Amino acid sequence: MDRIQQIYNDEKLLKKLQEDQNLTIEDVLENEMVINMGPQHPATHGVLRLVLRLDGETVVGIVPELGYLHRGYEKMAENMSHIEFIPHTDRLDYTGTMCNNVGYVLAVEKLAGIEAPKRAQYIRMIVSELSRIAAHMVAIGTFAMDVGAVTMVMWTFREREKVNSIFDRIAGARFTTSYTRIGGVASDIDDQAFAEIKQFLAELEPALVEMDKLLLSNRIFIQRLEGIGILPKEDAIALGVTGPNLRASGVEYDVRRAKPYLFYNEIDFKIPTFSQGDCLARYFQRGDEVRESIKILYQCLDKIPQGEVIANNPKKVLSHKTEIYSKMEELIHDFMIINFGINPPIGDTYLSVENPKGELGFYIVSNGSGQPWKLKIHSPSFCNLQAVSQLCKGAMVSDVVAIIGSLDPVMGEADK
Amino acid sequence: MGLEAVLQKDGFLTTTIDAIVAWSRKSSVWPMPMGISCCAIEMIAAADPKYDIARFGSEVMRFSPRQSDLMIVAGTVTYKMAQVVRRIYDQMPEPKWVIAMGACTSSGGMYRSYSVVQGIDQFLPVDVYTAGCPPRPENLLNALMTIQDKIGKTKARDFQNRSLAELEHSQN
Amino acid sequence: MNTKELIVEKIKEKFGESVEEVSDFRDDLCITIKKDQIVNLGKYLKEDPDLQFIMCKDVTAIDWATRKKRFTTVYHIYSFKLNYALRLKSNIDDNPPTIETVSFVWQSANWYERETWDMYGIKFINHPDLRRMYMPEGFEYHPLRKDFPVLGIPGSLPLPFKAE
Ligand code: SF4
Repeated sequence: MDRIQQIYNDEKLLKKLQEDQNLTIEDVLENEMVINMGPQHPATHGVLRLVLRLDGETVVGIVPELGYLHRGYEKMAENMSHIEFIPHTDRLDYTGTMCNNVGYVLAVEKLAGIEAPKRAQYIRMIVSELSRIAAHMVAIGTFAMDVGAVTMVMWTFREREKVNSIFDRIAGARFTTSYTRIGGVASDIDDQAFAEIKQFLAELEPALVEMDKLLLSNRIFIQRLEGIGILPKEDAIALGVTGPNLRASGVEYDVRRAKPYLFYNEIDFKIPTFSQGDCLARYFQRGDEVRESIKILYQCLDKIPQGEVIANNPKKVLSHKTEIYSKMEELIHDFMIINFGINPPIGDTYLSVENPKGELGFYIVSNGSGQPWKLKIHSPSFCNLQAVSQLCKGAMVSDVVAIIGSLDPVMGEADK
Repeated sequence: MGLEAVLQKDGFLTTTIDAIVAWSRKSSVWPMPMGISCCAIEMIAAADPKYDIARFGSEVMRFSPRQSDLMIVAGTVTYKMAQVVRRIYDQMPEPKWVIAMGACTSSGGMYRSYSVVQGIDQFLPVDVYTAGCPPRPENLLNALMTIQDKIGKTKARDFQNRSLAELEHSQN
Repeated sequence: MNTKELIVEKIKEKFGESVEEVSDFRDDLCITIKKDQIVNLGKYLKEDPDLQFIMCKDVTAIDWATRKKRFTTVYHIYSFKLNYALRLKSNIDDNPPTIETVSFVWQSANWYERETWDMYGIKFINHPDLRRMYMPEGFEYHPLRKDFPVLGIPGSLPLPFKAE
């Protein structure tokens, strides 16, 4: 009450107030409006903040603001040994954790010149494909939820739970696995886990058909996505978009094929692409990639050889715990590696792998000591987000939600 | 023991106002999922068919702070985000509770770095801390049950005799 | 002639004087070029019909702390035609560090350069929108420089007020 009285006593304020009241309806409609979306918004997948400039309901300009989850990975990596950083890679793209683990150890192995045994490489392939399925499940589920189909998220998380329980058996954690080691993997996969994977794959295929049925017989879903947020091929390349989003725009680029790592060159799989480049194409793209992953997994399960899962290279690779506890020499090596690191030669390498979100690269500079001098994470979500401002220009406010859902950024990775 | 068991007996029951208010409050805690990073995925997992948070009356996840009375802070809180978290907490109506889910929110966790707040209790009153990185969904449900115990012990007038200034402060 | 030789030969032919170093560690080709030629080199690599490095994957920097040329900017570019990823480097010796922006050559470099500015404080001349990427506006330091402590500088980032 006091404040109102104050305003009435103050002539300047009163005049301003009266001026404001003189606004007509037309004036209001002509004005542009700035709206803040996020960082706490259910559709921004974490803590992305967008500032929209609206003309009526059309988006005139959009500025993404990042950094709400900037955790300082690159700085921390410079202050820990290469092995210590493995658990941190889990939390980069926390929907598809195993792929990050695999990418990081491959980068360190390339730098240090270590090669993992064949069985370990096959296991890495199996877990990264499982992880890709889990990540795409989250992507599809939350995307559908963003445009209004809430049932989907229950169904996809049901499938994802199965992957999580497989990881629980293999690695001992549901999704922050830290399963890979430099020179191999932490433990072998037992027969029951293989059986579980087979059962999961057998159940997944009909589930995918069901999901497609639910969504594609829904007119609202199709109409909200078709022709929305079109990303032409040239723009996608210029903006540095990678992964499913790039392939949905018609560029057949997949690191697994372009620069094969692990044993992807021994596996027969297709790279699905779509030419439309709209939100619907990005939805189909993810579904097709899950189907390809199922194919890859079946082949891996057939082809996986017997043998060791960790390289025998005592100066660089940690031995198995039972040996460390029972043999003197192994104990000494373990002590040296843990305390002083693996000391890769001086130089720098870049290695990228195909992650569920796109191309994840690690650029490591070594000065010969046990800690990386610099470690740069090239995160796919970061590049994909760069396309947001172009895609949203001219779209409606409700399309912004669909576009972000279809690009599927994970902020843990985009903000690092 | 459900309500039906009591109702079938003689048609009336004697209780105190405090007990019935606390009972109804604790059986429908509406969480505000402050999902920031990895822990948010486990929080969604707690709501999925396997763990089913609906058994505890908390399936109504409200993304609007005005409609919720429990804030689950799930994920690493950076200094930049801290301002936002505090602001959303301030917007929630009284009475309100906070769960700090995961190592990051409780103590900074594995991120001892320049941009991460080393524990959200530096700027928020926390009721229950949940251990784990991430805590399994069972652990989150356990935290929820602990909160329910805590709410069960409150009295209705606990939240009444706050001064006007305090209330105004909490609503701005 | 394999891809690597082709690239090196073409660059040497055009920028003979300015190429400082060509290295090949673990099969990663890396070309170090003088600072003032980086935009020209980028344009050439992008537009040459045989090379067509049309995608910029990453821009970052290295802080060498004790060297005289303290900072090195690093660019990773990719050619779909050759299916080859190339690394360019450029040493910076002035203080405060500055370099010409490549965001007019590769659009995607825009955000990468903002990130590099935020983390290292390298000023990209003519950049269209050089703001901080991650840290809040008003933060004074550049975290990835070697003289910045991991735990940060106490009091440099404010916390909200706790009521009780
Ligand atoms: S506690 Fe672990 S899982 Fe949870 S947010 Fe922190 S790092 Fe992620």
